[in-house]
Amino acid sequence: MSAGAATGSGTVDRVSLRPRAIAGTHRGLGDRVYRAVMLASVGLVLLAAAGLVAALVWESREALRAFGPRFLLSSQWDPVAGEFGALPFVYGTLLSSLLALVIAVPLSLGAAIFLAELAPAWIRPPVAFLIEMLAAVPSVVYGLWGIFVLVPWLRDWVQPALGRTLGFLPLFQGPPYGIGMLAAGVILAIMIVPYITSVSREVLLAVPGSQREAALGLGATRWEATRIAVLRYGRSGLIGAVLLGLGRALGETMAVTMVIGNRPEIAISLFAPGYTMASVLANEFTEATSDLYVSALVEIGLLLLLVTVLVNGLARLLVWSVGGPTRGARE
Amino acid sequence: MSPAVRRLINTVVSALTLLAAALVICPLLLIFGFLLYRGLSALNVDFFLHLPKPVGEPGGGVANAIVGSLIMIGMATAVALPVGILGGAYLAESRDRRLPWILRFVADVMNGVPSIVFGIFAYTVAVIPMRRFSAFAGALALGLIMIPIVLRTTEEMVRLVPNSLREAGLGLGIPQWKVNLRIVIPAARAGIITGAMVSLARIAGETAPLLFTALGNRFWHQGLDQPIAALPLQIYAYAIAPYDDWHRQAWAGALVLITLVFLASLAARVATRGRTIAR
Repeated sequence: MSAGAATGSGTVDRVSLRPRAIAGTHRGLGDRVYRAVMLASVGLVLLAAAGLVAALVWESREALRAFGPRFLLSSQWDPVAGEFGALPFVYGTLLSSLLALVIAVPLSLGAAIFLAELAPAWIRPPVAFLIEMLAAVPSVVYGLWGIFVLVPWLRDWVQPALGRTLGFLPLFQGPPYGIGMLAAGVILAIMIVPYITSVSREVLLAVPGSQREAALGLGATRWEATRIAVLRYGRSGLIGAVLLGLGRALGETMAVTMVIGNRPEIAISLFAPGYTMASVLANEFTEATSDLYVSALVEIGLLLLLVTVLVNGLARLLVWSVGGPTRGARE
Repeated sequence: MSPAVRRLINTVVSALTLLAAALVICPLLLIFGFLLYRGLSALNVDFFLHLPKPVGEPGGGVANAIVGSLIMIGMATAVALPVGILGGAYLAESRDRRLPWILRFVADVMNGVPSIVFGIFAYTVAVIPMRRFSAFAGALALGLIMIPIVLRTTEEMVRLVPNSLREAGLGLGIPQWKVNLRIVIPAARAGIITGAMVSLARIAGETAPLLFTALGNRFWHQGLDQPIAALPLQIYAYAIAPYDDWHRQAWAGALVLITLVFLASLAARVATRGRTIAR
């Protein structure tokens, strides 16, 4: 690589003078080496991906053997007694992510439609920029803000208000701690909104202009053109964008760990503390004393990996179906 | 429906989407406002130059954590950048049939794997065999997070290079590899730098993969095979601790971290200003 780089501009002269020599020997060798180096990097990436799965399966073998499918069905998490059931964590992960989607999807799709279809041109770049900044905020910073700003606000204002108005639903019963499932759902929603917004925006932008023009030409208003021609055309991509957000929410660790309360119980109320798969890893991994304990935690990691790979794989295929595989690479 | 009603619906929906966009941006302003408000008062020169003080003693800084973060980011970048760029160049230039599709899919899926899972992986392949937490294990986790991001941005950017440049090079009889390394990749340089900065911004703020690889440390780093401090870890430890002075330091640390991350993101944008296809 550096040998080729060092010859500089003289190369071109030499090549033009003696093309056959280059073509005959050097090109073949150089190209073969270059291709080998590229393929080595590719192999490294694929190897890392395969190694990831293999290492997790191997390290969780003890728990896999000891509990089998009971691991997913039991809600007993008692490290002292050596009983490990992951149900409360699975439940917490699913409920907090679902809650996040309920809040985030209408907001992000609205914002994406605004940015791609309805907003005046001058307003689009700054708003898109701000939303990208939101995506760059580290998880731990969201968590810090969650502990000291969001949680007190939920405890003092939102939860009492929800309890008064919707308190007849089991979802909104119990004492307002602030910390708990609701806080986790809200912080997750804030975190996944930028992803869903920017991927949906790219999906909408990938819809051919002729679609819009046809609808507008028939006398549709801007919104009608968007609804009839653009949203329908990009539907599978938008579902993919939502799934990408879901994938983020399922695996999000720090911010959730800091606000969810970390109690391995299955409660119906959103005000109650909960626990997620990622949080239990963050909290208990360094404290795990027995091999079985570590193994059970790694199995939770393996579950998390499988679920997110499934969700992300599906999401990618859907997003690619609209714009082709080179779009949406940088969420 | 009469045209008036349809126009009304159009206006109402437009207003709703505007509201959604405004609500989406709100948290950013709130978060940044609080970071400035709570963090600036706790920032001083000591914060950047000193070690953390023991519990109960006010003051002290996070100098060791900043250095620790830089060390691990440096190690991760040194490996992830070349691998990612070469892999991305392969994706963009290759005419193989199956492999690019597989690689692209694997990279995208890896991009969505929770960062804590990479932490577990680094734990199993680096911490368990070495029998100790280490800067090396932390860097390994960060590097694995970085590779797919660099790879996919490099691919997009290399694709943007006009074919005429390649043809001109090949037409002069320059071998393919030299055309790639000396013409195509330099032409895509700005975009590749963007990808690198985006991935740096991402790993600089990662906490979860470091929890049980780098572990954290309240002292200066003692070698790459030892536990090492990192800024995000320090923020986390301070945030969940019960001391007011540590909370102040957590805000200050978060302000420093987010400033670094935003600078990296901003640099990424400046590098590709005017190249619209990237977005």
